[in-house]
Amino acid sequence: MKTIGYIIQKEFKQIFRNKGMLPIIFVMPLIQLIILANAATFEVKNIKFSYIDNDHTSTSRALIEKFNASNYFNIITNFPSQKLASSAMLKGEVDVVLEIPQYFEQALLKDKKTNLAIRINAIDGAAAGVENVYINQIVKGFNRKIQAKVLSNSLINDIPSSIETIPLFWYNETLNYKTFMVPGILVLLVTMITLFLSGMNIVREKEIGTLEQINVTPIKKSQFIIGKLFPFWVIGLGLLTIGLIIVKLIFNIPMVGNFGLMYFYTSIYILVVLGIGLFISNFTDTQQQAMFISWFFMVIFILMSGLFTPIESMPKWAQFITEFNPIKYFVEVMRMVMLKGSTFIDILPLLLKTLIYAVIMNSLAVWSYKKTN
Amino acid sequence: MKRFIGFIKKEFYHIFRDKRSLFILFGMPIAQILLFGFAITNEINNVDIAILDHSKDVTTQKIINKISASKYFSINQYIDREEDIEPAFKKGKIKAVLNFEKDFSKKLIKNGKANIQIITDATNPNTANTISNYTNSILQNYQQEFNKNIRIAYQIIPETRMIYNPELKSVFMFVPGVMTIILMLVSAMMTSISITREKELGTMEILLVSPLKPFLVIIGKVVPYIFLSLINAIIIIALSLFVFKMPVQGSMFLLGAESVLFIITSLSLGILISTISKTQQTAMMISLMGLMLPVILLSGFIFPISSMPMPLQVISNIIPAKWFIIILKSIMLKGVGLTFIWKETLILFGMTIFFIVLSTKKYKIRLE
Repeated sequence: MKTIGYIIQKEFKQIFRNKGMLPIIFVMPLIQLIILANAATFEVKNIKFSYIDNDHTSTSRALIEKFNASNYFNIITNFPSQKLASSAMLKGEVDVVLEIPQYFEQALLKDKKTNLAIRINAIDGAAAGVENVYINQIVKGFNRKIQAKVLSNSLINDIPSSIETIPLFWYNETLNYKTFMVPGILVLLVTMITLFLSGMNIVREKEIGTLEQINVTPIKKSQFIIGKLFPFWVIGLGLLTIGLIIVKLIFNIPMVGNFGLMYFYTSIYILVVLGIGLFISNFTDTQQQAMFISWFFMVIFILMSGLFTPIESMPKWAQFITEFNPIKYFVEVMRMVMLKGSTFIDILPLLLKTLIYAVIMNSLAVWSYKKTN
Repeated sequence: MKRFIGFIKKEFYHIFRDKRSLFILFGMPIAQILLFGFAITNEINNVDIAILDHSKDVTTQKIINKISASKYFSINQYIDREEDIEPAFKKGKIKAVLNFEKDFSKKLIKNGKANIQIITDATNPNTANTISNYTNSILQNYQQEFNKNIRIAYQIIPETRMIYNPELKSVFMFVPGVMTIILMLVSAMMTSISITREKELGTMEILLVSPLKPFLVIIGKVVPYIFLSLINAIIIIALSLFVFKMPVQGSMFLLGAESVLFIITSLSLGILISTISKTQQTAMMISLMGLMLPVILLSGFIFPISSMPMPLQVISNIIPAKWFIIILKSIMLKGVGLTFIWKETLILFGMTIFFIVLSTKKYKIRLE
């Protein structure tokens, strides 16, 4: 026990001695949390809208006025010709071009039906889909207004029956993206710091040559590894604590869940990450290699965690791969506990998987660490 | 000049000697682009939903059939009581509950109006919103069928054309982004590490006392990596063309030239990092912790920049990846030439100069 104590002491000293690293470990992640959480939004706002009015009648102007009044379309340009509009689209100056054809009003009054040409820049397919919904809503509202005007003048009493939908957004009524993203980004930062630090740690001693010195001491394998990992475990939990305070104070995210449960899960989760880091450290010769491999896994873990894009939409084989992604579990648990107030029983399956993962990774790490060359 | 060539040779030896790093260098980007190209999508498919049907009549059954027939939803369970909604959400499996009110058909026929609640788990606002929109459009279609005998007069029919990406594939959005991120991180990481490594091992001092000028030492360090990154870029572009069927509407030559420019920008950023950090560990932490998330989040790779708050839109301008993503999309999908993207190109060029000047200023040629 005493031996472990000394190793832990040595590790802490090494970490806190390196003044260049301290801000990277403690300040950078928190600044990123504060700044980047604001960037992660799929909301489609500030759509760059433009129109070509070939009709110039009161109806066409009324329709454009409708778009003008909407909150989504706030930059409105008027193009005299389609050619100019196309070139602006190529330059990326506009996202949507609405073209009102000639004889628009006349056709509407005579044929009771008229068309409207809309072109949307669809490189970002999801945003284009949402823009299309907004446009359709506005046009539909406009239609209803004309119909109501006409119907009130006539005696037709054929009001179509309608199914009313009432959308209810639970747990996040205002559809605030920060509520969704902040817990996830916090998870990422805790994971990145602990993985990178543990992944580079032993291999650094290898590269500098001090590992051989440790190997000839009577210290046991497991003692050495526990001594190496404990400081990072503490740092991870420390980061989580500071992060949670920021989440509460700056973002004011509702936290309905149990804090004890969050910490309990995190303490097990960090073991998984440290195990992976150590395993990488054992299998590489230089810090450079260790870094590349941790980077490789980190990018995969981040992008396939369900944090930014939904896992259910991935193809089946990719969904299977995500089962091996620890960040996926952490993100899910944090969101469930923090935002929905899920209980121990609700997260039990995820907790068990994480626990098994931790046991496997750490046994692999201990097994692959060899004191002799 | 001969000395310089000798130095570059040494660098290549260093790189080719380390087989494992070399394998990682080429294997990883390929694995990543294949994985992400297929897996990253923000389309919504097969979302698990639950049904709470208080009326259980012909109309609700028809609507439920319509919904389960769509590719967006799969019905996971039927709930009988309102109290069961909350536990179902807490388990985390289902994302939405459709709640049909009592006497649905009767009300629809008699009053001309009936209600459905769409309760969504809005912890993910994007999915919640999309689910709500999709359900709405399914219901509207049903309604039109229901009302097909009534002629609706006076309507404007919008005809929408999705240009540059008519099928709304998210591959078109994400492949340029993945390409940029891989190129940027690999290039910045490689150079920053290779220079600090010499510092840490003490061989940098040997290089400094050699007759080779410090400036040439740095250039010599970078040249092999330009070459390696270029090969990486070619592989990635080939994969996106042949595996993901990305079109290249514009000039292939321009695409190549812009890629080289971006690689040099990233490499010079790597040099800057290496001049300000003493150990490999610091260099790596800066290039990984400092670059990874900002590049992913602020470059417009996943999240649209125009929706961000104003200060962040301003900050995003200093991310080189943002400009390269715009360039890639413009050349590949819009097919424009240099006349449309000269501004972005100039910005990347300016950034490169800035990084190089700053690192030569910061680069210490004296021993401490």
